[in-house]
Amino acid sequence: METKTGYTLHHPKWHREDKPIFWWVKRWVYIGFIFRELTSVAIAYFAILMILAYRALQSGPEAYAELMGCLSHPAMIVINVLALGAALYHSITWFNLSPKAMVVRLGNWRVPDIMIAGGNYAGWLFISAVITAAYILG
Amino acid sequence: MSAKKSNDAFWWTLFGGGGALSAMFVPALLFLTTLATPLGWVEAPSYANVAAVLLHPLTRLFALGLISLSFFHWAHRFRFTLYDGLQLKHLNALIAVLCYGGAIAGSLVAAYVLW
Repeated sequence: METKTGYTLHHPKWHREDKPIFWWVKRWVYIGFIFRELTSVAIAYFAILMILAYRALQSGPEAYAELMGCLSHPAMIVINVLALGAALYHSITWFNLSPKAMVVRLGNWRVPDIMIAGGNYAGWLFISAVITAAYILG
Repeated sequence: MSAKKSNDAFWWTLFGGGGALSAMFVPALLFLTTLATPLGWVEAPSYANVAAVLLHPLTRLFALGLISLSFFHWAHRFRFTLYDGLQLKHLNALIAVLCYGGAIAGSLVAAYVLW
């Protein structure tokens, strides 16, 4: 809201309705939006897990086995199911939005949205397959 | 988020990098290590092999990037969730400091642990 103001004695106050804290529970799209933003908590959780894994790895086989043991606890399984659900939601919403954030032009031709999103999905599939193969074989 | 004035391109770049990287790598890693292995669906790789792969300098460098950018991704999104979702606009500066500060602290801890 750019206002060109000269000198005014009484600047009018904009009328704004008070928005309640839980404004976003009224519609599914809003809930989806808030949930999408909160998937970042799962991503941060993953980052913390990775730090813990590295610490255990460097402490030796016992520490590593202990950490892996913790992950079998039923409470951890529940947490990790939720985290995986959030991570998947993050990936899907991210790739679906990718054509909006990244407009690719080849000469005058604009690469269609579906190809950009599709490329992201293909990359995701490929990376996931490589990680899975390496994990199972190694 | 795009409706917001984006004068903080720097934070947005870290957010975007972290978002893209985590979208690509996190689901598979999370699924294999925290569900498939504990539930016995796949066999856990031996300690020696995991150590050999993850402690390789290039893997460490990549892991640090993934961890750090993931933290910054969280910081940016969480900041605006508090800001818009909970209508805490009056605490804007404090929230920004806590979120980005948390991401910086997390990255430093990661760098310390990984080396």
